[in-house]
Amino acid sequence: MSLRRIAIPVLAILIFLGLWEALVWWNQWPNYRMASPSDLGPAYIRYAELFVVMGWQTLWRTVAGLLLAVVFGTALGMVMGFSRTMRDALYPLLVGFNAVPKATVVPIVALMFVGAHDFNTVLIAFMISFFPIAVSVSIGLSTLEPEYRDILRSLGASKLTIFRKIALPKTLPEFFGALKVSVTLAFIGTNLMEIVSPHGRGLGALFDSGRTNSDYPLMFAVLLALAGLGIVLYYIVVALERIFAGWADRSPT
Amino acid sequence: MTNTVEIRHVTHAYRTPNGPLPVLDNLSLAIPEGAFCAVVGPSGCGKSTLTRLIAGLMKPDQGEVFLHGEAVRGPRSTVGMAFQNPVLLEWRSILDNVILPLEIVAPRMPRRDRVARARELLALVGLEGFEDKRPSELSGGMRQRASLCRAIVHKPEVLILDEPFGALDAFTREDLWQTMHALRRQEPFTTLLITHDLRESLFLADEVVVLSGRPATAQYRMAVPGGTARTLDDLYTPDAAERLNLLRHQIQIAQGRAEVPA
Ligand SMILES: Nc1ncnc2c1ncn2[C@@H]1O[C@H](COP(=O)(O)OP(=O)(O)O)[C@@H](O)[C@H]1O
Ligand SMILES: [Mg+2]
Repeated sequence: MSLRRIAIPVLAILIFLGLWEALVWWNQWPNYRMASPSDLGPAYIRYAELFVVMGWQTLWRTVAGLLLAVVFGTALGMVMGFSRTMRDALYPLLVGFNAVPKATVVPIVALMFVGAHDFNTVLIAFMISFFPIAVSVSIGLSTLEPEYRDILRSLGASKLTIFRKIALPKTLPEFFGALKVSVTLAFIGTNLMEIVSPHGRGLGALFDSGRTNSDYPLMFAVLLALAGLGIVLYYIVVALERIFAGWADRSPT
Repeated sequence: MTNTVEIRHVTHAYRTPNGPLPVLDNLSLAIPEGAFCAVVGPSGCGKSTLTRLIAGLMKPDQGEVFLHGEAVRGPRSTVGMAFQNPVLLEWRSILDNVILPLEIVAPRMPRRDRVARARELLALVGLEGFEDKRPSELSGGMRQRASLCRAIVHKPEVLILDEPFGALDAFTREDLWQTMHALRRQEPFTTLLITHDLRESLFLADEVVVLSGRPATAQYRMAVPGGTARTLDDLYTPDAAERLNLLRHQIQIAQGRAEVPA
């Protein structure tokens, strides 16, 4: 069973790489047009150390931004979920903020905090990813059927107790749904910043150096490494979801 | 004998964007200790509002609610509630759902005692062996049984039931009526049952109160004998038929569809 669960996706990835290789070979594309998977191996070997260092940079900044987004997004969602007034007040603001393409914010932030690479990057990862969390938590809380609240409220339970015992666990499935979106967004935010900010660090900067040095296999190797990191992050969230909100999964086990 | 629940001249209106909506109008009601009172009335007349007032979840504009002679100022742990929607928590087992009120009301009670109490009730309603199941693994009737157990696990003085059997099919409903009698024989609560099923009220209640249309006031009262010794067969006697007719007629009056007899 678990072998199947691993074997099938791995097989799919191998087939994908095979098709990619075949496509490049068939068209006789030079590697500045499109590198093929077989070009990537040498790139990984040559820059192995850089990949590890830069990959770690990208990873921890993304996770830091995401953690901030979780804390802030949850708090904001709680405020909007419990208070109608706050919801009416904050929602348009939030939607407007979210509608601004982050590609335009990145250069601004990069200029605002020149040189503060870690800060910049974490900030963008955070800004781009808190929105789904805030919305899902606020919707989860505001759509809680009054009866759920009343079974505890009629016993004199405090608001905090009701939140802890009912509202919070009931919102967890939506929260994790949003977190899966956010983790991808945070990742995008991190990389945008790493590519744009001068003398940056992380995989985005490695990509950029590949571009300035016309090292096309390196650029593709970075893309693939990013995909790998993204997959790892995503499945960490899935694992957390299983642990904390597994009860919401109704599929037969 | 004191009344466990006493509602004195309660008047209430909801404030809505279109102005106040009068819901209860000078409503008075008393339920003696250990008695079972059924309240029937047209849909939207204010029955659920009445339950929320008794539970202390809101305050009436005028009048007062007393529990054991004490004015209700807010929620209190001596009340148990069950609704049409069983609202079981999906992330808890059936056993832990039933235990929930004890976590609030008796935080120091040892887990072992809580479990024993919940198991005792679950066995009483026929859910022995389902303690570790998730709510979604149970049928609608079984969920409602669990919800009843949760409502009385902390030995409340007053049990408030807001159409708890309303969404069940006829056979399941009759099973639950009998379960209700069984629970009453075992536990000392005083009950207010909201229902739209007149036969249900005749089978379960010691007194049936018909509310008028909105704003609701107590329009008609009927004492029903038999206590918990009633059987389903009793619903098919001439006496029961006559009572049903009387109640039906009162409901029609409440709905404004029949003349008030002179
Ligand atoms: N919180 C509320 N705000 C405004 N109107 C309400 C509210 N709750 C109930 N109502 C209205 O009050 C009336 C009585 O409601 P309710 O007590 O739930 O009736 P019932 O339980 O008898 O069907 C209904 O018309 C309902 O729409
Ligand atoms: Mg109602």
